[in-house]
Amino acid sequence: MSEIIKTDVVIIGAGPVGLFAVFELGLYDLKCHLIDILDRPGGQCAELYPEKPIYDIPAWPIISGHDLTEKLMEQIKPFSPQFHFNRMVTKLERQADGSFHVETDEAEVFEAKVVVIAAGGGSFQPKRPPVPGIEAYEGKSVFYSVRRMEEFRNEDVLIVGGGDSALDWALNLQPIARSLTVVHRRAEFRAAPDSVKKMFELVESGSVRFELGQVSGLKGENGQLSHATIKGSEGEVEIPATRLLPFFGLTMKLGPIADWGLNLNENLIPVNVETFETSEPGIFAIGDINWYPGKLKLILSGFHEAALMTQAAKRIVNPGERVVFQYTTSSTSLQKKLGVS
Amino acid sequence: MAKITFVTFDGARIEANAENGSTVMENAIRNAVPGIDAECGGACACATCHVYVDEEWTSVVGEPEAMEEDMLDFAYDVRPSSRLSCQIRVSDDLDGLVVHVPERQA
Repeated sequence: MSEIIKTDVVIIGAGPVGLFAVFELGLYDLKCHLIDILDRPGGQCAELYPEKPIYDIPAWPIISGHDLTEKLMEQIKPFSPQFHFNRMVTKLERQADGSFHVETDEAEVFEAKVVVIAAGGGSFQPKRPPVPGIEAYEGKSVFYSVRRMEEFRNEDVLIVGGGDSALDWALNLQPIARSLTVVHRRAEFRAAPDSVKKMFELVESGSVRFELGQVSGLKGENGQLSHATIKGSEGEVEIPATRLLPFFGLTMKLGPIADWGLNLNENLIPVNVETFETSEPGIFAIGDINWYPGKLKLILSGFHEAALMTQAAKRIVNPGERVVFQYTTSSTSLQKKLGVS
Repeated sequence: MAKITFVTFDGARIEANAENGSTVMENAIRNAVPGIDAECGGACACATCHVYVDEEWTSVVGEPEAMEEDMLDFAYDVRPSSRLSCQIRVSDDLDGLVVHVPERQA
């Protein structure tokens, strides 16, 4: 087991609300580690709508998801938050002394006095295509990402999708695969023009096979895929396939949060509206993942919740210490923490 | 105003009175049509408000634009009649429109 990372607060989710929580907690000297399944901060703002304008952030008449994330990162910089990306929190347990033991799927272990769940709609997970029986092959011959290229050497690789992931992996795996087929439902690709050009050059030279259509069936035994059926406008064709990589983007799933013993209400976490604490003392939930009467899933609601949560979190981390409420405009102590005084 | 009928995967029909200028997705959410998730809230960024336009209506509703076509790559069980309901704008021409909700969104 790796070394235990000790911290005041573990924040699950590095979307806008998780990021702003770093600011509010930081004003009260609480140090944060953030864990997110994506490879970058921003959550839905980064994954779903980086370029789309948001119109309801106070004082920003218009701002994109990407820019909002950048601004928040700048705002929380003085508090040196530690980020752990490409990780999913798999385990959350209370220890005998009341602190929390947090584990990720990459076997990191955290010990935190407070846990803040700011997980939005849950964790982003790959979409499973509508192919009957695909579950039986997952993890053995069907993969939703490439962790080790060697697993694809001398295999009949079938890649499905028309985005950058599909094309990048087609180009990267073609040299080591026994055969490589790309299947997409149309001839246009939503990918870097250079990759599209390179792929069609490989199709021309016979190194890559391109099929227009969708995967309709899989054949194999004990999780080991041997063939796939492609359904196109001209009917069905069966091709050899021992590895399948579907790239259909991401969807949000609640994931392991359901196993942490928290009260849930239709995949949302009910909270006390004074403290934003869940049914478990010391575990807070803010942003889209929580629920209370009148809840609105707005980024600004999450910001407000982060501020109120902090008051309660501070009392848990430093029991007995007086919590003094101050303004950043006038408090020299807050300004020192922000590095402006 | 246009009357829109949503046919859910199990065959239930839900009728909605839709205002001109609203999107078909907004009317689905307002009328709690099961099977329309609309995770991104109508930004054409998630492909979870996917519907099949009834074949009698495909020519009236029209084809998706390039951005929507790109997002449809991520939808579940895409067919020639597939559209993202957040990209269909309601007008009087769509009075009587029927759309079918797929088995699931993702």
